[in-house]
Amino acid sequence: MKLLVCVSKTPDTTAKISFNADHSEFNEEGIQFIMNPYDEWYALVRAIELKEAAGGTVTLINIGPASNDQIIRKGLAIGADDAVRIDCQPKSSLFVAKQIAEFAKEGGYDMVFCGKETIDYNGSEVGGMVAEYLGQPFISYATEMTLDGTTATIKRDIEGGKETIEVATPFVLSAAKGLAEQRIPNMRGIMQARRKQIDVRQPVAFDDLSTVVSYEMPPAKAECKMIDPDNMTELVRLLHEEAKVI
Amino acid sequence: MSVLVFAESTGGALKKAAFEAVTYGYKTAQVLGTDCVALTLGEVENPGQLGTYGASKVLTASDLTLNDFDGQVYTDVIGQVAEQIGATVVILMHSSTGKSLVGRLSARLNAGSAPGVNTLPTNDGAFRVKKNVFSGKAIAQVEISSPVKVLSVMGNSFQPETVGAEVSAEGVSVNVPARKVTVKEVNRVKGTVPLPEAELVVSAGRGMKGPENWAIIEEMAEILGAATACSRPVADTHWRPHHEHVGQTGVAIRPNLYFAIGISGAIQHLAGVNNSKVIVVINKDPEAPFFKAADYGICADLFDVVPKLNQALKDFYSNN
Repeated sequence: MKLLVCVSKTPDTTAKISFNADHSEFNEEGIQFIMNPYDEWYALVRAIELKEAAGGTVTLINIGPASNDQIIRKGLAIGADDAVRIDCQPKSSLFVAKQIAEFAKEGGYDMVFCGKETIDYNGSEVGGMVAEYLGQPFISYATEMTLDGTTATIKRDIEGGKETIEVATPFVLSAAKGLAEQRIPNMRGIMQARRKQIDVRQPVAFDDLSTVVSYEMPPAKAECKMIDPDNMTELVRLLHEEAKVI
Repeated sequence: MSVLVFAESTGGALKKAAFEAVTYGYKTAQVLGTDCVALTLGEVENPGQLGTYGASKVLTASDLTLNDFDGQVYTDVIGQVAEQIGATVVILMHSSTGKSLVGRLSARLNAGSAPGVNTLPTNDGAFRVKKNVFSGKAIAQVEISSPVKVLSVMGNSFQPETVGAEVSAEGVSVNVPARKVTVKEVNRVKGTVPLPEAELVVSAGRGMKGPENWAIIEEMAEILGAATACSRPVADTHWRPHHEHVGQTGVAIRPNLYFAIGISGAIQHLAGVNNSKVIVVINKDPEAPFFKAADYGICADLFDVVPKLNQALKDFYSNN
């Protein structure tokens, strides 16, 4: 079984977000970067579990500059076998998806895993795009998955509930909370990761069709109005008359 | 040239978010000087009502195999309709279905995309829309340069408006490809408001001390007709189900009113809720960071305050 896991680099969840002077770029100074949690905790770990149960290989793919190698090494330490990095600074989801799909096509993967979204751009787009380029089904928001031969049974989040589906390999899956439990790399994994290969490749040409042109901060909140705990009628009045939300 | 809106339905019924998307499509069409066309998939009750919210034409692809979601099939069918009518903008809802389609459809139509938009596009030579990024900690302006654009519109950013009249829906001829995904079971939580769509949300955290104390929260949600939510530690310790977890690694929501009860307000939690219109915080710690993000604050023991608040709410609703 050949599994491909797409991993991306995001600012740490506690990162304070700021931009450069003309607000055209995210300010990376002082930012701690991590592997996108949905990619790491759920997509990667479930892929490794499948490999441990049935044999095969787990390959990581990342689209980004050399500084992303630290994220890739962590993925290798958690248990991926090898990795490829497409060396570039991606600007749009479609560009990223094109690079992944071009690589995946030649590899003949049984499954491509990604996280349900990145915690920076929150697009949830790349998985579906890769699936479309590969002509495969895309199963989003997977929270449970079992595999019987080439048939997967997957539970996924839908509006206000869950859905259980069946699909045959090959397919693309996006991982949500529940699909696996986070794993912390152990010393042996970290040592082994040093000897594993990161194959660095050049991107295929693709024009961006959408780009972020500027950033801004959300408008500042007005001062919090403190309410007397013994006067809840006043709170209800304010919610009705002032805020007009009830 | 026109704007195509895919109006999602659940169990054959169109919901408020679909009306929001159609009104958004209508306004986008006005900006671009064109018409808004709505599309429904599968068997849907009264699709013609979408005319009320701004669709000048409603197309239905009512093939029974479209009753259950399959992203590949839906993308192909929406793509065919977009091509047939020469749509330049395709609008989806930013729901779990819409989010599953937005990327796929943009690849299918070779279209630039912007998921989760909350503004109308500009019409000054460039097509630009805004969306939240960094889980609501910032806003990005996205420019789409391709002839066809795919957007998904963030729930509760635009309210449905009655701008037209019902129209008679027309069947559309499409080639429905074979499904590769079989839906075995659908379980929707009954009787409660789905969290991502809720306008009022009552959320509680570790200050509740244990799952056995949630009755006062559920009571409050019932009085308000609100959805219940929780912080990450509460979901992680299984006091509450995972689907209630709001925050950066849970569900991001933007209700009209968010009650945060016994939640300190870690940056990751705030990221998922700071786009709520009004935030009320109840916490006994005056230093709780959540007060900085709140509109109204009550600094007191929640076990004293919440029953009093529930009584005040009951009194309010019985008089209004």
